[in-house]
Amino acid sequence: MYTFLARRLLATIPVLLVVAVLVFLMLRLTPGDPAAILAGDAANTEQIAQIRTGLGLDRPIIVQFGIWAGNLLSGDLGESFYYKQKVTTLIAHRLEPTVSLAALTILIAVAVSVPLGVLAAWRFGSLFDRMLMGFSVIGFSVPVFVLAYILIWLISLKLGWLPVQGYQRLADGFGPWLRHLLLPSITLSVIYIALIARVTRASVLESLGEDYIRTARAKGLPELRVLVRHALANAAVPIVTVIGIGIALLIGGVVVTESVYAIPGLGRLTVDAVLARDFPTIQGVILFFSFVYVGINLLVDLSYVFLDPRIRY
Amino acid sequence: MNVSRIAAAIAATASLLAAPGFAQAQGDPKVLRIVPHSNLAILDPIWTTAYMSRNHGYMIYDTLFGTDDKSQIKPQMVESWTESPDHRLWTFKLRKGLEFHDGKPVTGEDVVASLARWGKRDAMGSALMTFVERMDSPTPDSFRIFLREACGFVLEALGKPSSNVPFIMPKRVADTDAFKQIDDYTGSGPYIFRKDEFKPGDKAIYVRNPKYVPRKEAPSGSTGGKHVYVERVEWNLALRDAQAQVNALQKGEVDILEALAFDHYETVKKDASLQIPKYSNVNLQYMARFNHLHKPFNDAKVRQAVMAAFSQEPFLKAQVGVKELYKGCASMFTCGTPYGSPVGSDIQSKSNMKKAQGLLKASGYDGTPVVLMKPTDLASIQKLPDVAAQLLRQAGFKVDLQAMDWQTLVGRRAKKDPIDKGGWNMFLTAWQGHDIWNPIANAALDTRGEASGWFGWAKDDKLVELRAQFMRATEDAQKKKLAEAIQVRAFEVATHAPLGEYTQPMAARKNISGFFITNGNLYWNLKKN
Repeated sequence: MYTFLARRLLATIPVLLVVAVLVFLMLRLTPGDPAAILAGDAANTEQIAQIRTGLGLDRPIIVQFGIWAGNLLSGDLGESFYYKQKVTTLIAHRLEPTVSLAALTILIAVAVSVPLGVLAAWRFGSLFDRMLMGFSVIGFSVPVFVLAYILIWLISLKLGWLPVQGYQRLADGFGPWLRHLLLPSITLSVIYIALIARVTRASVLESLGEDYIRTARAKGLPELRVLVRHALANAAVPIVTVIGIGIALLIGGVVVTESVYAIPGLGRLTVDAVLARDFPTIQGVILFFSFVYVGINLLVDLSYVFLDPRIRY
Repeated sequence: MNVSRIAAAIAATASLLAAPGFAQAQGDPKVLRIVPHSNLAILDPIWTTAYMSRNHGYMIYDTLFGTDDKSQIKPQMVESWTESPDHRLWTFKLRKGLEFHDGKPVTGEDVVASLARWGKRDAMGSALMTFVERMDSPTPDSFRIFLREACGFVLEALGKPSSNVPFIMPKRVADTDAFKQIDDYTGSGPYIFRKDEFKPGDKAIYVRNPKYVPRKEAPSGSTGGKHVYVERVEWNLALRDAQAQVNALQKGEVDILEALAFDHYETVKKDASLQIPKYSNVNLQYMARFNHLHKPFNDAKVRQAVMAAFSQEPFLKAQVGVKELYKGCASMFTCGTPYGSPVGSDIQSKSNMKKAQGLLKASGYDGTPVVLMKPTDLASIQKLPDVAAQLLRQAGFKVDLQAMDWQTLVGRRAKKDPIDKGGWNMFLTAWQGHDIWNPIANAALDTRGEASGWFGWAKDDKLVELRAQFMRATEDAQKKKLAEAIQVRAFEVATHAPLGEYTQPMAARKNISGFFITNGNLYWNLKKN
């Protein structure tokens, strides 16, 4: 297993290298001039040229890449053109809201979807099963922003239970943190509830047809124990895979939710950086996302060992 | 877990969420929560012309002069001034009690350094500096400007209300290279910037400057007493979705929306807990800008055909929609300001499609497609290019309407390349009234060709000469006459097409009072009850 771990960690280096080169080159080929954006509306051509020189954008691309790659090797992601702050500082500041949102979303999604999926499989073909499948289709289909506006209107504006927008840091207290995150997390969790519930249902359904389930029932085990200890435990690998992918997607895919609920997270940072052609920030954030993707995939792979004793690396 | 335990857990969670402490500072009368019109990224209002940086500047810096609600220049940090009979020596005395946030007094040396830096970046400042022989500070509370020859816009430049505003910084800060951003935000204005609490894209915090001594006059425009009645102002930089902004305002989570989307105007107007305060009597103006370097708009006759086709009403109706928020204004200068007038504007004010078609035919237009850039992500102007394309087609133009994001447009409009190498023919934009209210400030009227810089690179020697005369004119009547001549010429050569004016509504909770006529987004004199 340690060999596997070392091999996988080594494999992340070329992946990140390819991402770094591709992102760097694609950004330089994208239309838009960071200097023109920074200069403002009334700036003239000379002022823009001076800013471009100041940012080092008038140098050959290979030189720009060399400088950036050199800094990267020393752990420096560079300085934002736009905010004049270290990209690492910007990412660090935006990490907490995004991780909090992703964590609470996954927590809600797993807490709701896994029991629902197991129940649907257990009551396969019943009204409950069909209702869950119907909900899954709706959960997949309704755009996040539509759901967000509906929930805001109902929960915040009409009932006044939760705030409309904003984020409170965990350091300011658990209550305010939770209060501001509940609505966005519920909004975002709907699609994951739909996804995980379907996968859980299918996986558990397959397990329920296995011989060991019949044996367990024949032994007189309570149905709950059969479902959880035998069916769900053996169906865990695909479920954990989907949850892992879900977490990875959430880290980089919460742009809409962060915008609607005004959460200053990584998604919003990425959009702002793209709109401002803030090359160092875009490069830094994408590299960070890649690292997270690779890391979570690795953790998911490692979890298989614990979930299924037959798997050995 | 039994039922009673579950019930207890739910009750505990509910009480935790509903605890009064979690209402935070939402109802705190000492905290003013504002949603600005955009994100604040650049904190140096001299380095960039971005309006957000200008507004940030007004919070923390003070100005020598200001522009009042009647567009008149009034003293602000200056107590008194004299002008020599030949108009070449200007001596200014600073007000008593001016102090930077670090406790040091504001001196003439600070002023001289600040003006020198501003004069390297701002269009009007640069124009002024071409007349300036030297500046000095004979005593700590005074400064002088020596001119090589008389010019008529010294006070207009020092009191200009919009980007770049000549904010006064400490000498140690103002000595920063004008092409590098400052990182010390010490000012002498009514608020102090909390650098430690600034989170880009999230929030910017300002606290009341307890040492600020306001002028005695009532606040008006960027002049008068800057009284601060709250302890803290929070700019919410994360809340940028238009619907979410209105939701937050209705819920009382924010106090002021700097830029209310037109689509939500009626909703806010009908809400008894909200108000739409009047905060400006100078409108914003839409503008279509030609690229004078390339066909077909390198020909004045073709540009005139466009002017004739571009009736303002369709643009205003499509983009603003709310009748009470827009009005036609066939003037190169903002209507309602000293030089705003319809003189010479017949080609546009009496526009009609038949005339446009005739002019285009007479111009010998050869069917070269017009590359019209459309920003798809900028709600405030995104409908204008569609209207322009339709009107151009009706007039007989071939139009290549190219959709892109605003930042791509901003980068592309700075390029002088031919059309087949990524160039362009036309873009549309909006200006705040005070940026185009006189011939020097109005960048679109700088017709020095490729040397002038502002995108489109119009070239007309007669206009250059008229502008030079305007800069030297010292009498108001003479200035007005020259401004009219400039406008007549600008319509003749069709530097650009003004497309009418609109008011950008602001929205606020009813418990906010003290709004006054400003020329931007200025947050003093406001009370939260």
